[in-house]
Amino acid sequence: MIEFRAVTKRFPGGTVAVDNLDLTVEDGRITVFVGPSGCGKTTSLRMINRMLDPTSGEILLNGKDVRQSAPARLRRGIGYVIQHAGLFPHRTVLDNVATVPILTGAGRRAARSRAAELLELVGLPAELAKRYPAQLSGGQQQRVGVARALAADPPVLLMAEPFSAVDPIVRDDLQQQLLRLQSELDKTIVFVTHDIDEAIKLGDRVAVFRVGGVLAQYDTPAALLAKPADDFVSDFIGRDRGYRALGFLGAKGIELAPVARVPAGAPVAEARAKLAAGWAVVVDESGRPLGWVSEDLLSTMDESAALAPDGLISGGSLYQADAGSGGTAGTLRNALDAALSSPSQLGIAVDAAGAVVGGISADTVFRALAAARESGEVPV
Amino acid sequence: MTWVWDHIDELLATSWEHLGLALVPVLVGLLISIPLGWVAHRYRTARAILVPASSLLYTIPSLALFVLMPLVLGTRILDPINVMAALTLYTIALLVRTVADALDAVSRDTVAAATAIGYGPTRRFFAVEFPLSVPVLVAGVRVAAVSNISLVSVGAIIGVGGLGFYLTHGSQLSPPNYAEIIAGIVLIVLLALLVDALLALLGRFITPWTRARAGVHG
Amino acid sequence: MNIVEQVWAWLTNPENWQKNFRDPGIPTRIVEHLSYTGLALLFAIVIAVPIGLYIGHTGRGGFLVVGIANSFRALPELGLVILLVLVMGVALALQAVTIALVALAIPPLLAGTYAGIRNVDSDVVDAARGMGMRERDIVWKVELPIALPLMLGGLRAATLQVIATVSIAAYVSLGGLGRYVIDGRAFGGVEGYAIMAGGAVLIAALAITVELVLAGVQRLVVSPGLRTSTVSRRVTRVRIRPVEEPEVATS
Repeated sequence: MIEFRAVTKRFPGGTVAVDNLDLTVEDGRITVFVGPSGCGKTTSLRMINRMLDPTSGEILLNGKDVRQSAPARLRRGIGYVIQHAGLFPHRTVLDNVATVPILTGAGRRAARSRAAELLELVGLPAELAKRYPAQLSGGQQQRVGVARALAADPPVLLMAEPFSAVDPIVRDDLQQQLLRLQSELDKTIVFVTHDIDEAIKLGDRVAVFRVGGVLAQYDTPAALLAKPADDFVSDFIGRDRGYRALGFLGAKGIELAPVARVPAGAPVAEARAKLAAGWAVVVDESGRPLGWVSEDLLSTMDESAALAPDGLISGGSLYQADAGSGGTAGTLRNALDAALSSPSQLGIAVDAAGAVVGGISADTVFRALAAARESGEVPV
Repeated sequence: MTWVWDHIDELLATSWEHLGLALVPVLVGLLISIPLGWVAHRYRTARAILVPASSLLYTIPSLALFVLMPLVLGTRILDPINVMAALTLYTIALLVRTVADALDAVSRDTVAAATAIGYGPTRRFFAVEFPLSVPVLVAGVRVAAVSNISLVSVGAIIGVGGLGFYLTHGSQLSPPNYAEIIAGIVLIVLLALLVDALLALLGRFITPWTRARAGVHG
Repeated sequence: MNIVEQVWAWLTNPENWQKNFRDPGIPTRIVEHLSYTGLALLFAIVIAVPIGLYIGHTGRGGFLVVGIANSFRALPELGLVILLVLVMGVALALQAVTIALVALAIPPLLAGTYAGIRNVDSDVVDAARGMGMRERDIVWKVELPIALPLMLGGLRAATLQVIATVSIAAYVSLGGLGRYVIDGRAFGGVEGYAIMAGGAVLIAALAITVELVLAGVQRLVVSPGLRTSTVSRRVTRVRIRPVEEPEVATS
C-alpha cells in the first residue's frame, strides 16, 4: 500500500507542483494519476521511488516512510517504466531486461533466463533477445521496458506515460497487454497519463489532478463518469460522458430479439420471403454475419439469382453476447452501439464463435439501463 | 618589449604574409570542397570513397605534408606554394565532409517543398539547399581558418613560415630573444581569434534568418 | 636518378634500418616517436577523462570545456614547444616537450569525453537511476559505454595532434622521426632533401597506421548497438538531438 500524507512539492523558483496531497494507493490494483500538464501527476509518481523528495509531508510504502530507505536500494524493489523506455542502447535486449536481477545479485545465467521468460510474457518473439534497442520499433521498445521493470518481480510498478509516445494502434495493443499481465500478476501499479480515456480504460481507481498539484477527484472510473466532482473534472472527462459510462454496465442477460437470417447462396426469392420489417441478415455456413439485405436491394437483383456474399449492405458493430469481463465487449455500450450502427436499426448479437444469436434494439438497451439504475448498479 | 616596437613594421608585414599563406588555401579549399561535398552528399559510392580519403589525408601531419609537396608539385623546397598547397589539401580534407554533412542536414521537407514549387535541381541548390547549409559550413570554415593560421607556423622548420620565423629565429639566438618568440606566439593567436570572430560575424550577416529567430525569442 | 627514386632508395636502404654512424636507425626513431606519444597520451587521458566525465555527468562548467577546446586550436605547437624548452632548459627538453604534448592532447580528449557524456539520452540515465543504480554505476556502466564513440573520436584527434607535434619536437633536439627532417635540412642539397622526404613519408605512414589501428580498436570496443550500421534497420524515434562533435585540427 502506498500512502501520500499531506505531501507538498515546491520547486526553487516558487512553483508548487504538488499541493497537500492525501491519497492511498491500494495493493494489487492499477491506480491512474491523470490530469493536464502541470498538474503534478508525474511529480507525485516520481516521489514514490525518491527520484524527487517532497518538500513536506511523507510517503509511506507498506507503512514505512520512503525517505528512510537509501534511494538505490528502494528503487530496486520498484519497477519503473518511462515514456521512451530509456533502454540501454549499448546492451542487447536480453541484457537490458536482465539489468535489475544482476544488480540485486543474481548470477548472469539466472538473470538471462529470467529475462527470456519475461520477454515471452510481454509477447516479444525470442529472436529479439539478441538485438539491440535501436533495431526495435517504438512499441517493441516499450514492451522491453515493461519486461525490464518486471524482471526482479517487484510488488510495485510505476509507469510514467509509458504508452504516450506510440501510435494509437500500438497503444491499444500495449494497454490490452498490460491488462492481461495484471490479471496474471496482481501488481500494485501506479500509472500516469494525460489521456482520460486511457485512465478510464486501465484504472481500477483514477485520481484526477488539477493544475497546481491539487487532487480534484479520486474514484472508480464508473463513478468518475457518473458523478464528476466539479466542472473541471467533467470538462476534463470530456464529451459523451453518459455514453461512455455505459461501458461499465454489463449487458449479460439482456433480451435478444429474433432476427431474420438468410444463408449466403440462397435464391433471392427465399430472401424476400424471409424479410422481417424489410430487412434480413445474410450469414455464412457457420452462421456468421456477412451483411444485410433490404427490400430495396433485393428489388435490384434478378429473381432467380443466388445471394452472393458481396454486394450486401455492410452491418454495424457486433454485440458480443458471450464476452467475459474486462473491455467494453458485452457491455450496454457495446449493445447500444450495435443497435445504433446497424443499417436496419437492429443490432446483431453474436456468440463466442461469431455466429448470429439474435438482435438488439435500442429500446431493449434503455430498458436494461433503467433496470440497472433501479437495482443500484449505477452510481447515483 | 622594446624589440616589439622596434620591429613593429616588420611584424605587421609578416602578419599580413602569414594571413595570406593561411587564408588563401581556405578560400581555394572551400571552392573545391563545395562541388566535391555535393557529390559526396548526392552519391553514396562517392561518399564512401571521398570521406575515408579525406580522413586519411587529414591524418598526415603538416610537417610531413609540407616536406613532401615539392616532390608532388615539382617546386623548390623554399617555395611558399608548398605550404599553401598542403594547407589547401587539409582544408579540402576537412571541408568535403563538412559540406556533405551540412547538405545532409538540410531538412528533407524543405527540399521537397522547393521541388514541388517548381525549382529545378541547380536553382534549388543555389536558392535553398546551399543557403541552409551555410551555418554548418561557416563553422567548418572557422575551424579550417584557425587551424591553418596555427599550422603555417610549422613551416618555419623548413624555412617558410610567416610569423613562425620569429619562433625559430628567436630561439636560435644566444641568448634566445624571448620577446621575439612570445611576440610570434601572441600574434599568431591574436590573428586566429580575430579571423575566427570575423568569420563568425560574416556568417551571421549572410544568414539573416538565424538572427531573426534570436530576435523573436530574445 | 630523379628525386623520387632517391627518396625511395633512401627508404629501402637497409643501412638506414639499423644503427649506423649517422643515426640509430629508423626502427629506433619509430619507437622514440611512439614512446613520446604514448607517454603524453597517458598523462592526458588520466587528466582529461575524469574531468570530462564529471563535467559531462553533472553538467556544470560545460562552457569552460567548449571554450578551452576551441581556443587551444589557435595555439601554435611549435611556439609552445620552443618556449617551454627554452624556459625549462634544453637539459629538460623531454619533460618540457611532454608538458607541451599533454597540454595539446587534453583539449580534444576533454571535448570528446564531455560531448560523449552529454549526448547520452537523458531518458536512459533517468531509467538507470529509476531502477536503482548508484550514481557511480550510472557513470561507468551506462554513460561511459554509450559515450565511447565520441570519446574515442577525441582520443584519435588527440593522438594525431601529438604524433604531429612530436614530429616537430626534433627541432628542439628530441628524437623521433622528425629528426630526419631536421637532419636532412641541415645536410642540404638534393641528398639532404631525400632524407627529409624519406622522414616525411615515414611520419605520414606512422600517423596513418596508428589512425587505422585506433579505428580498429574503436570497432572492437564500441557496442554494436551504438553503431549506425546496426541502426539502419529501423528508424524508431525521430527526436532531433544536437550532436556537438568536437572539430579539432591536427598539425
